[in-house]
Amino acid sequence: MFVLVEMVDTVRIPPWNFQRQLNDAIAEELNKKLANKVVYNVGLCICLYDITKLDDSYIFPGDGASHTKVHFRYVVFHPFLDEILVGKIKYCSQEGVHVTMGFFDDILIPPESLQQPAKFDEAEQVWLWEYETDEGAHDLYMDQGEEIRFRVTDEVFVDTSPTGPAAAATDTPGSGEKKEPPYTLIGTICEPGLGLLSWWNN
Amino acid sequence: MEKNANAAMLSNYEVFKLLTDLKEQRKDSGKNKHSAGQQNLNTIMYETLKYLSKMPCSRQSPDIVKDFLTTMMPHKLTKAEKLQLLNHRPQTAVEIQLMVEESEERLSEEQIEELIQTVADALPGDPEQENAAPADAEMEEANEQP
Repeated sequence: MFVLVEMVDTVRIPPWNFQRQLNDAIAEELNKKLANKVVYNVGLCICLYDITKLDDSYIFPGDGASHTKVHFRYVVFHPFLDEILVGKIKYCSQEGVHVTMGFFDDILIPPESLQQPAKFDEAEQVWLWEYETDEGAHDLYMDQGEEIRFRVTDEVFVDTSPTGPAAAATDTPGSGEKKEPPYTLIGTICEPGLGLLSWWNN
Repeated sequence: MEKNANAAMLSNYEVFKLLTDLKEQRKDSGKNKHSAGQQNLNTIMYETLKYLSKMPCSRQSPDIVKDFLTTMMPHKLTKAEKLQLLNHRPQTAVEIQLMVEESEERLSEEQIEELIQTVADALPGDPEQENAAPADAEMEEANEQP
């Protein structure tokens, strides 16, 4: 679920923080920059693991702050392909079942990856599994808040950096464009053992 | 910003310990954690700790992890498979089949049972879950007595 990512970056320490220990000031700046943020093609950054190397600090003309090149390792949430994860159902929609893990929300299980046969109940806005046994068909509902075990089948990274003024001018202002999440996980529950935990606990 | 996106894999326990220690450290340092810049770190720490404290990793320790990995050596599982067993503590054969690739070919039924038992012994379980089971057994005994 979590990986360690080695990164190198230049950290700017403003003069009013010069009385602090350099390591602490740098750790705070790195966490301010990266914690709870998605780095493109890397994952959701959680917190700093450690600082491996500090290069010399420089002060440049016109700016009183010091700039230090830092080699550090960061804890990043980046599940590997086919990893099994447990989350809670946030809500269901036509697009599928939306799952959350508390610290990470953008997990989707599309309709074709649900336990088949699956049906969408429009009235209650919930997906259900039409489970057949010898006694007849049971409808197993995927209610909000239920714990669900799923397998990661795909991940989508979207570069949400701001675009330049030329592109912005072509968008009609207030067009209500949908904001894409920078990091989405696609999952499946189409295997024995996957789906709501209550389906498989005896 | 240069990066090496896959330097190492971390178990849930390692992240849980790191965040718990960081929380203790920040509690002592006092004032500045409520500033606007620190809010992101606070949010992600709170949510991740909330999630991890409900998983088996909250009951693990470095010795438990080390012993678990030593006990797992003869089973010849890949690193990713051992990591998933450590993080999830599967209790049924179905869960083992999800986490171990091609388990029907690599492990016989007895080996799967053995694996479930090893996992249950090496990793501490949820005390609430385990207290529920003996309570049921006591009730059954009470019902059987005439």
